[in-house]
Amino acid sequence: MAEIIDILLSTSFWAAVIRIASPLIFATLGELICERAGVLNLGIEGIMVAGAFAGWMTVYSGGGLWTGVAIAMAAGMLFGLLHGTLTVPFSLSQHVVGLGITLLATSATYFAYRLALPEVDTPPRIEAFERSAIPFLSDLPVVGHALFTQTPLTYLAFALVVVVSLVLYRTPLGLALRAAGESPSAVAAQGLSVTGIRMGAVIVGSGLMAVGGAFLTMSAFNSFFFEMVNGRGWICIALVVFGAWMPGKALLGAVLFGIFDGLQIRLQQTELGADVPYQVFLMMPFLLSILALVVMSRRASVPAALMVTFNKGER
Amino acid sequence: MSDEQRAQDVVLRLDGITKRFGALTANDAVSLTLHRGEVVALLGENGAGKTTLMNILFGHYTADEGSVELFGQPLPPGNPRAALAAGVGMVHQHFTLADNLSVMENILLGTRPLWKIGFDRAAARARIVQLARDFGLAVVPEHRVGNLSVGERQRVEILKALYRDARILILDEPTAVLTPQETDALFATLRKMVAQGLSVVFISHKLHEVMAISSRVAVLRHGKLVGEVATSQTDRRQLADLMVGAEVSPPELRPASPGPALLTLKAVSTADHGNAPGLKALDLALHAGQITGLAGVSGNGQSALADLIGGLERPLSGALVLHGETARQWSPRAAMAAGIARIPEDRHKTGTIADFNLTENAILERYAQAPFAHRGWMDWRAARDFAARVIERYDVRCPGPETRIRLLSGGNMQKLILGRAMEDAPRIILANQPVRGLDIGAISFVHGELLAARDRGAAILLISEDLDEIMALSDVIHVIYEGRLSPAFARGTASASDLGGWMAGHGFGGGAHAA
Repeated sequence: MAEIIDILLSTSFWAAVIRIASPLIFATLGELICERAGVLNLGIEGIMVAGAFAGWMTVYSGGGLWTGVAIAMAAGMLFGLLHGTLTVPFSLSQHVVGLGITLLATSATYFAYRLALPEVDTPPRIEAFERSAIPFLSDLPVVGHALFTQTPLTYLAFALVVVVSLVLYRTPLGLALRAAGESPSAVAAQGLSVTGIRMGAVIVGSGLMAVGGAFLTMSAFNSFFFEMVNGRGWICIALVVFGAWMPGKALLGAVLFGIFDGLQIRLQQTELGADVPYQVFLMMPFLLSILALVVMSRRASVPAALMVTFNKGER
Repeated sequence: MSDEQRAQDVVLRLDGITKRFGALTANDAVSLTLHRGEVVALLGENGAGKTTLMNILFGHYTADEGSVELFGQPLPPGNPRAALAAGVGMVHQHFTLADNLSVMENILLGTRPLWKIGFDRAAARARIVQLARDFGLAVVPEHRVGNLSVGERQRVEILKALYRDARILILDEPTAVLTPQETDALFATLRKMVAQGLSVVFISHKLHEVMAISSRVAVLRHGKLVGEVATSQTDRRQLADLMVGAEVSPPELRPASPGPALLTLKAVSTADHGNAPGLKALDLALHAGQITGLAGVSGNGQSALADLIGGLERPLSGALVLHGETARQWSPRAAMAAGIARIPEDRHKTGTIADFNLTENAILERYAQAPFAHRGWMDWRAARDFAARVIERYDVRCPGPETRIRLLSGGNMQKLILGRAMEDAPRIILANQPVRGLDIGAISFVHGELLAARDRGAAILLISEDLDEIMALSDVIHVIYEGRLSPAFARGTASASDLGGWMAGHGFGGGAHAA
């Protein structure tokens, strides 16, 4: 017990929590935008892989860091365009298309990796984003250093939570987007294009997922491995539900997951870790996430038209 | 007003509109004009093509032939945005509101360019409140639409149109879902609009409402315009004849000859579901050859009783006696096996499967029994024959038994449900709101079938919120109130106001209503 308290009081733990949460925040926001418009995007896992590779490869080939982020985003948007085209105007099953995109994006990425680096055993590292401390704020005890000595991508993730909230709740665009996920016929009755809004949401949302993936290679591991996304995309799907489709609550969920994950890594190194198989620790954040999901999502209101296709002129 | 002035006053001109859905011609060369400051009623039975015509005007459908002119300008087809911009507002029969958004959000949706950021919420709110006051449409902008009553939702829909400066308002069956008081309030609103120079197209099949609110009536039948008359120069009789194409007479009523009780409920109680009360130690007997009417304000346990008899709900206590034997297991299957035919309250939700075709829907309740199945295999020929028989005998207007049922109008859907329930000559019939939303032709057909079943010796429970319907058809009337049942009133022994008193809870004694 004392060990847990020690861990909870250490600055490095909280810094890790934020680092673990950051990619989840990007991808969760991306998924949230898609779902708020009425499209479930199960391509998230594969799109994160593609984003991770695209950003890393750009920097490895001599591109700038922010160029890498932009390229990753563009790659994600491309898969978003594919997903959106198949699910929105063509009304194909969102489950099947999403899983298909995940398989496609993952395999295409590994293929591209092998093409680019045919004879490499250990993936090369890149000069990734540096941590930068924000003056004054980073001097606050415990949490200050953890929160405000991070890479620019982390700051961007947190800023995006605010931006997405503002857009969703304070702009006509956000209203139209939410309405498209609640009652597409209401949107169409106002002369707006449900197809346009949903396509846009899926494309932008997929772009954010890819940036979430790029965070892993450009701000955390500084290199690209197979299996590195490792189910984070699926966690984000759960976080959207956990967050009741609200950006602020989703952020809370991402941080909570970060705490579980950070805790299990550190617990493995305690005496307890010697007795218990490490796989148990690896399971912990997922188990706790499921528990949290069960508790939190009771009252959540799903967008009423999530996964409801809409075609104009049909009776 | 001279003819020339009238011509200048034209705000809307539909010219030779034709629209086909597959083999079905929903509109056949329909032409119609609308003037400033008038209410034109578009009258017709279900499936006559009223809604289709207005959806073409509004751009939801594209006409196969014909043109639309608004305020002297041709309207580009298939573009709701153009219709909105030209000042047309439409209140659909099935509201186009997002439940999880607030009233204000629903009204504001699509009223501003999507990319604009700055916004004066207070001014928008003030405008909504002002419009609501001017036209008598009380709503609270912050309320969540999902929590509103049907009447309130309709007000939001009208406000949506007014907020966009609509000059022409199209109301599709606006009163189908309203209480009489709400209907009066709606009419008051419409009169205020017309007084301010707006024009209204009022789609309906209710003759007395058309007579009350419109200045001109256009009658559609089978997609064709069959008549256009000034309201002051016509009467309900003539309109009904135009609408149905034949003279309508009320079903003939023969004296009842009640037999033994086929279904008896003895002190049955069921669970409450949220706001919907369950039954409270209810006693009821349904006799052969008799229609038992159940009156009551919506939400007083009608659903609980219907679910119980239909097998969807099990009694918590008390007994259900069928043909003299107490039922032990109770389920929808047991109910069907006991010969209970059901006409469900919501034909869309529980009565049919929208994307199944007519054949599949016709055998929904008995798909696993002969003649539709033999040793676990479907006999589709028998099913199609059955569906064809129902379509033929119950006049279900459709392209054929392979049509998906979602393409049918409500009246035709209901005829199919009625047909599949009645084809088997059931002994017990549960008719829950059997004519809700139907036109007079279909209503008289359904009522005629129910009376015929009664004369044949069936025990019928008729649940309706329409007291006139209950009083016209029932041999015995009960009133349900908060899950409890009034004594039985034989035909003619209770007046509408007597029953109204029971419906308001008078006579049920203290207890539940004391607070």
